[in-house]
Amino acid sequence: MQPDTTPAPAGKTLPANEAMLSVRGMKKVYKTDGGDIEAVRNLTFDLRAGELACLVGPSGSGKTTLLKCIAGLMAPTEGEVLLNGTKVVGPPKKMAVVFQEYGRSLFPWMRVRENVELPLKNQGVPKAERDRLVDDALEAVGLAHVPQSYPWQLSGGMQQRVAIARAVAYQPEVLLMDEPFAAVDAQTRADLEDLIRTVWKKLGVTVLFVTHDIDESVYLGQRVIILSSSPTVIQEDLDIDLPDERDQLNTRALPRFTELRHHVYEQIQLAKAGHRPAAATQA
Amino acid sequence: MKVLKGIGYALALPVILVLIWWASTLGETNFFVPTPGVLAEKFAETWFGERILSDVLPSIGRLIVGVVSAIIIGIVAGLLIGSFKWLRDLTEPVLEFFRAIPPPVLVPVLMLLMGITDGMKVVVIISGCVWPVLLNTIEGVRAIDGVLSDSAHTYGIGGWARVKYLVLPSAGPQIMAGVRQCLSIGLILMVISEMFASSSGLGFTIVQFQRSFAIPEMWSGIVVLGLIGVAMSFIFQFTERRILRWYHGLREVENAA
Ligand SMILES: Nc1ncnc2c1ncn2[C@@H]1O[C@H](COP(=O)(O)OP(=O)(O)OP(=O)(O)O)[C@@H](O)[C@H]1O
Ligand SMILES: [Mg+2]
Repeated sequence: MQPDTTPAPAGKTLPANEAMLSVRGMKKVYKTDGGDIEAVRNLTFDLRAGELACLVGPSGSGKTTLLKCIAGLMAPTEGEVLLNGTKVVGPPKKMAVVFQEYGRSLFPWMRVRENVELPLKNQGVPKAERDRLVDDALEAVGLAHVPQSYPWQLSGGMQQRVAIARAVAYQPEVLLMDEPFAAVDAQTRADLEDLIRTVWKKLGVTVLFVTHDIDESVYLGQRVIILSSSPTVIQEDLDIDLPDERDQLNTRALPRFTELRHHVYEQIQLAKAGHRPAAATQA
Repeated sequence: MKVLKGIGYALALPVILVLIWWASTLGETNFFVPTPGVLAEKFAETWFGERILSDVLPSIGRLIVGVVSAIIIGIVAGLLIGSFKWLRDLTEPVLEFFRAIPPPVLVPVLMLLMGITDGMKVVVIISGCVWPVLLNTIEGVRAIDGVLSDSAHTYGIGGWARVKYLVLPSAGPQIMAGVRQCLSIGLILMVISEMFASSSGLGFTIVQFQRSFAIPEMWSGIVVLGLIGVAMSFIFQFTERRILRWYHGLREVENAA
């Protein structure tokens, strides 16, 4: 392999004591029988405590790979992930992940309520508090009426909402979400977007939200991190300077919203066309 | 009403078969072919006496002890072997070797080592019954869904909680398939373990009748074996429906889609 000497086109970084989550020079190469697959080349960025950042990028650009490394489910090939200054080597406590494959992330032998309750029970949260957290979470995702159903009796969108309820009830400090709304209808999706913002504000949780949907990334995030196509680097790390109070109708009607989504759209088109950010092309 | 209908369906075919048997043995004189009447009579006479205590119950007891031990050993060992790759690599050749040995050939060997004891018979049953449970458990544990496993991992579900909430239920359908095979092998081995040099038990008694040309009694013994088999199958199905309710529901939904 030739040495990679290109400077990393970095995302935004913070002084060490201000960062909640730091991704430093992360590279991930999958070793397979068919040869090595470089899913992620070099990613560096920080998330402040309580920040809500969206991650967009073309399909196959390594978004899920990045999330799994942050969640401590895989070790990066190079570089590291730090949570509160400590290197992540396994799934950290106080971190919840909502996976892309909603149909495979819930326990099919447990009812909806038991699924949401299990992580709390496992942590030894007392029954009364557990009940309250589970009820609140199910209520919040609009599933208070199906606690006794099995996940496979629900539609795809409902299953994903159960997975979200499970993450919310867990009260994490960091919440990672991998295209959680892909299977949800437009109306529910809008409701859930607002739910995420509400939960984020209420719990002060740090959120990294992966999505395919450009509008969604601009509407939700305080910041949008755009990934290039593979081999993946950060194409752009964009601040979303929209007012903090967001509203499905009014925010989306703002001229600034349109500008921002236009910008993100262009960047993604460039990424898909194989254009590399300036720093990555100079060798 | 539904229950009555179910019972009706379950009994219809046996009743028809007995009727056919009765009709075709009317006026039968062959000594080796019993008529239903004679068989029923001999059945009551032979088995509703002290044989229940001296032969039937001890056999059933050994069968239960053997099968239950085999299930427990199979599941525990299967969980361990399925969970650790190094253990799998280590044990695979040995397991294949032992699995290839037909348990009946062990009877004389074990007889020499352990004597003609209950322990020997139970060991024969275990040595044959453990394999389907063990191998199915290993497969079931290995087939756990990666995303589900990741979910459990991120929520800090590890150790015993992982076994209880993730591994066992997930491997459940496979394990139950193994248990089903284990039950039928168990019944066969129960009989075989009593056929050599025993002095009591169902298998011994049936062979004894055969040797003394007590043909209707021999047939009635075979009926007892059949009835034990049916009872085991009912208990199994009842338990399986209960434990794997989610699985059957899931399958139904998937098939409907
Ligand atoms: N377990 C694996 N083994 C080998 N290659 C993998 C593995 N997982 C992902 N890849 C490869 O790594 C690259 C990035 O995959 P990843 O799933 O992270 O992309 P993604 O951005 O999440 O895509 P999508 O938007 O479609 O979900 C792809 O080329 C994929 O084929
Ligand atoms: Mg993905």
